[in-house]
Amino acid sequence: MQIKLCTPRQTLIHLTFSRPENGILGVHESGHAPCTPRNAFRAGLKHMLEGIDLECVRGERALFRSLSFSLEPGALLRVAGANGSGKTSLLRIVCGLTPPARGEVRWEGASIRALKEDYSRRLVYIGHANALKDDLTARENLLISSALAGLEETAAHASEALERFGVGGCAMLPARVLSQGQRRRVALARLALSAAFPLWVLDEPFTALDARAVEDLQALLAGHLARGGSVMLTTHQEVAIAAANVRRLDL
Amino acid sequence: MLKTLRLVIHRDLLLALRRRADVANSLLFFVIVVSLFPFGVGPEANLLRAIAPGVLWVAALLASMLALARMFAADYADGTLEQMLLAPAPLSIVVLGKIIAHWLLTGLPLVVLSPLLALQFDMPRDAIGVLVASLALGTPVLSLIGAIGAALTLGVRGAGVLTALLVLPLYIPVLILGAGAVDAAAAGLDPGAHLMLLAALLLFAATCALWPVAAALRIAVE
Repeated sequence: MQIKLCTPRQTLIHLTFSRPENGILGVHESGHAPCTPRNAFRAGLKHMLEGIDLECVRGERALFRSLSFSLEPGALLRVAGANGSGKTSLLRIVCGLTPPARGEVRWEGASIRALKEDYSRRLVYIGHANALKDDLTARENLLISSALAGLEETAAHASEALERFGVGGCAMLPARVLSQGQRRRVALARLALSAAFPLWVLDEPFTALDARAVEDLQALLAGHLARGGSVMLTTHQEVAIAAANVRRLDL
Repeated sequence: MLKTLRLVIHRDLLLALRRRADVANSLLFFVIVVSLFPFGVGPEANLLRAIAPGVLWVAALLASMLALARMFAADYADGTLEQMLLAPAPLSIVVLGKIIAHWLLTGLPLVVLSPLLALQFDMPRDAIGVLVASLALGTPVLSLIGAIGAALTLGVRGAGVLTALLVLPLYIPVLILGAGAVDAAAAGLDPGAHLMLLAALLLFAATCALWPVAAALRIAVE
């Protein structure tokens, strides 16, 4: 039996338990690897997202049938298809917001319906709606949405994340006065704080963004993939992330 | 979990602070309805004293119902509700936070304001105390039951009327017990039994209402 442990000094230890003849449990240390909370998911369990034989029915119409896919660490899956082909529905199924008509989504081999909150702890979903409150400032919005996701971020961190997406100047403005593109940037700034979540599910993240913001986001995604995270997104434009495992799923 | 509870309450109170008009709406409604009765039925003290418990309680009930539409609708429209469903904390904790915030904004002000309004009806002092106690126990029940109605009608056209139809039958026991307690106190009887039953209703609602609200929200977001 092999167990991987993270010690308080943030080293990863592989322990091998063996059962020798005399019945005493033997423990052998077999390796060290750096393990920080940020890359704990890479070093610890090998995560894997799988969709198995998924079927989605909207109204009377089946949007897709027997759809299967898998997403391993460091891979990006781009869901492509015409309007109304079920891209958003697929992402919502992957997040567990909508149950599929058939089939199931598995995370590390276990059904996400069984994992429930354990799965939510691994997932960042940024949907079509930006989930911003008009009456709160950009920074309050970011702090509250990340706190809801279980992160404890300081105001300085939040400002930094907003800065990274070029909306640092709007941090203290209410979301009501921001433009569409700025609102999208504020919503996406959450990703800059979400390095500890292995799976990012993004619905049309590039909508309303200008060329610079698109580059910023692609750099952030590339960084996440390099860390060993996974990304699943829908977009109508080509994703230019060099040297990454980018795949395409056509609906 | 407590952290999430505190976060949701804090967030909703902060939002209300930025949008004071919404909160003032239901409170003003309460004050206006209660204040109109003495004008409408005339200044006869005995009559006013007799109708006071019922009027105050009905007005509080309607004011609390008026605010139900806002409970989840905004979060549903802007996508925040999806994020709440995906939060690692159990959804019922989020729901509890939202209900507590809703009560703090729409129930508690009614409780605080009611003694002042009761004076218009020349209510005896003992009865005023009981009125405050019955509202303090009853309005959280209204918020809890109302949350079920608000969640079930989320995203439905004509949600306001539908919520009222769903929720009003369940409000009636609260109304009878609440107004009954004040009536009993005004007649010099012991309102203890009424208040105990109200407290029992509160405990029952607090334990049983969260789950259906969470389930209804999940269905609404599908």
